[in-house]
Amino acid sequence: MELSGAEIVVQFLKDEGVEYVFGYPGGAVLHIYDALFQQDDVRHILVRHEQGATHAADGYARATGKPGVVLVTSGPGATNAVTGIATAYMDSIPLVVLTGQVPTPFIGSDAFQEVDAVGITRPCVKHNFLVKRREDLALTLKKAFYIATSGRPGPVVVDIPKDVTDPNVRIPYEYPREVKIRSYNPVVKGHPGQIKKAVDLILQARRPMIYAGGGVILSEASAEFTEFARALGYPVTLTLMGLGAYPATDRQFVGMLGMHGTYEANMAMHECDVLIAIGARFDDRVTGKVAEFCPHARIVHVDIDPASIAKNVKVDVPIVGDVKNVLADMTRELRARKQQPDGEALKQWWARIDEWRGRNCLQYDRHSKLIKPQFVIEKLYEVTGGDAYITSDVGQHQMWTAQFYKFDQPRRWINSGGLGTMGFGMPAALGVKLAHPDATVACVTGEASIQMCIQELSTAMQYMLPIKIVNLNNRYMGMVRQWQEFFYESRYSHSYLEALPDFVKLAESYGHVGLRIEKPEDVEGALREAFGMKDRLVFLDFITDQTENVYPMIAQGKGHHEMELAPHCTAPQSGERELA
Amino acid sequence: MRHIISLLMENEAGALSRVAGLFSARGYNIESLTVAPTEDPSLSRMTLVTTGSEEIIEQITKQLNKLIDVVKLVDLTEGAHIERELMLIKLRAPDAERRAEIKRLADIFRGRIIDVTDSTYTIELTGDGDKLDAFIGAVGEGAIIETVRTGASGIARGTRSLHL
Ligand SMILES: Cc1cc2nc3c(=O)[nH]c(=O)nc-3n(C[C@H](O)[C@H](O)[C@H](O)COP(=O)(O)OP(=O)(O)OC[C@H]3O[C@@H](n4cnc5c(N)ncnc54)[C@H](O)[C@@H]3O)c2cc1C
Ligand SMILES: Cc1ncc(C[n+]2csc(CCOP(=O)(O)OP(=O)(O)O)c2C)c(N)n1
Ligand SMILES: [Mg+2]
Repeated sequence: MELSGAEIVVQFLKDEGVEYVFGYPGGAVLHIYDALFQQDDVRHILVRHEQGATHAADGYARATGKPGVVLVTSGPGATNAVTGIATAYMDSIPLVVLTGQVPTPFIGSDAFQEVDAVGITRPCVKHNFLVKRREDLALTLKKAFYIATSGRPGPVVVDIPKDVTDPNVRIPYEYPREVKIRSYNPVVKGHPGQIKKAVDLILQARRPMIYAGGGVILSEASAEFTEFARALGYPVTLTLMGLGAYPATDRQFVGMLGMHGTYEANMAMHECDVLIAIGARFDDRVTGKVAEFCPHARIVHVDIDPASIAKNVKVDVPIVGDVKNVLADMTRELRARKQQPDGEALKQWWARIDEWRGRNCLQYDRHSKLIKPQFVIEKLYEVTGGDAYITSDVGQHQMWTAQFYKFDQPRRWINSGGLGTMGFGMPAALGVKLAHPDATVACVTGEASIQMCIQELSTAMQYMLPIKIVNLNNRYMGMVRQWQEFFYESRYSHSYLEALPDFVKLAESYGHVGLRIEKPEDVEGALREAFGMKDRLVFLDFITDQTENVYPMIAQGKGHHEMELAPHCTAPQSGERELA
Repeated sequence: MRHIISLLMENEAGALSRVAGLFSARGYNIESLTVAPTEDPSLSRMTLVTTGSEEIIEQITKQLNKLIDVVKLVDLTEGAHIERELMLIKLRAPDAERRAEIKRLADIFRGRIIDVTDSTYTIELTGDGDKLDAFIGAVGEGAIIETVRTGASGIARGTRSLHL
């Protein structure tokens, strides 16, 4: 088959099984857009801002496990995409981002709309390429998809100069089915000796704790993980990125850990004697003060990226490998042992954890005349039967969703954890909805975050993507306001949003349905009404209590045992020791 | 601790900037860095001299290994190794007395005089960094017009080697 560079790009995407490309045209990619126009297999979703394209592709990837694909023009197209690329990079999400570039003879001449896309994106991609010859296009694209999706996934940028896609020059094309890269061979199988050592340690534990993260989801290993945890009967905590890897409604789940995790999860971390870390990267929002992190524990750490191991915290038994393989091997090894976990010790440990649980750290005022944001999320959980795909933006609303929506399945909770990108939620929801047209998809957001990519309401209309937007409108950058209240003596410097739009009218002007809800008793009805409108995007503007804070909280630089509970939280139960 | 890390990487445009970018982005020290193609033109060999605690050096080697363009890597400091650096140094040599003295020092340090004018000598000298420093000390700073040092390159002693 003889194809032009532009046709190779499109034909390759088709051969690679790409359903959707999220993009925005411009001079440097017009040849590719012309090739897209002449076929129907690869569907192009036209966003309203390149950041939206990257987030939508990212949402698609998080909801499916398949790589998200983006196409943008050179210069401002590429720079607008950077925030979304960095977002995917921090959370290890597979994306392939095609950026147009000025023609090769102009590179380096400050040509019109020229930026060094490879240079700009280098620190926030897994890898990137500049394709200088059309003969290299197909293989480079194959490498890009392979690198993005294998090992620890991540975004890969392919920068394509305009002359490389010239429609008038044709060369032979064959889809490269496989690719080998001599310098890139991720380790997927865990070392058998290390697995034995880990199992030894796991069986010796008297106060064990399983701490798992996004790696379990990325590895499609929820089933193996659940089996492993159930076989042991040990408590499970998950990071923000791991939610859904283990059913939140299960008794063994003690909630999220970290800055806004549960009291029981963090106290158990502080007191555990063996920590089993699986596909989690000891982020500072999780560890708190590293010097006081799990002071009594010996640590097993399973991660596919050797650089994640012993980066922030020293570990005793490192295992490099794919979570899915390693867990299967560990469960097999466990079953082959005669020794069982110490039942009596475990019983006492659970009793202690249940005392912590008894503090009921997530309680909030249920009698308020104002809408409490937590209440909205509880109702959202009820109304959607706990079965929706929920995306979120960044702020207090994100934390409340993580705390109050009980995710029982992986890939249902879609949020920007590592970069914390406001503006992520709504475009991500569009990507999710395209991937799962029959599923219920909602975006929980705040009035500040939603305005960072509000223009994508127009994309939602163009492609008829009936997501539901749950805006927890507290008229504040709530998360910023909370820090200012706690740490800056309530000096609310630039965290109040004046001149907010009328979100109902705004939604209507884009052709959607808008609802404003101001009273607690109207919350459930509005949600039911909105989710009943199967084919409409509904923007639910919940006017919530402005002063609500996210609890519990570990202030930055504090240890897990220094968690602060909400002022109204239940006093310690009798018998519970105060901890050092 | 000072470490000499040797790596083989794809001889591709941009590979060097990935390494340099990694060091600046993660705040690692970099004392010197040399790079040139090997007998296999598809590969470059880089020698990096860096300092840091054991934990930092471990992260540096892991992060370097993680770069897609890096094919293989070894921390030479972990075993016996040889380290060499080349220095070209231009010295003031205005009179017979100075010229004789420089010649004598060059002989002691096994350097070679590679260029001469009526007022200067240019000397080529190889060795480890300490030896080059010692030579600079011996000639005295006042005598120096210009120095060029390549930064260290290194190779393991014995049969151990870094190759594909
Ligand atoms: C406002 C805000 C508040 C936050 N508060 C909290 C909080 O209270 N608690 C909390 O937990 N987080 C919180 N976060 C998120 C936090 O910043 C980190 O994003 C998160 O903790 C990282 O999760 P993780 O450790 O699961 O790592 P991820 O970023 O999900 O990384 C996954 C790890 O798994 C590895 N991996 C990937 N694939 C595989 C595989 N196939 N096999 C093996 N390993 C694999 C990767 O190498 C990596 O080490 C907050 C974020 C924001 C924006
Ligand atoms: C792009 C970007 N800019 C700034 C921030 C810092 N930031 C974190 S949360 C937050 C406020 C979010 O406000 P809102 O969306 O209303 O959510 P709320 O906290 O009120 O629920 C800000 C400004 C960020 N995370 N992302
Ligand atoms: Mg707000």
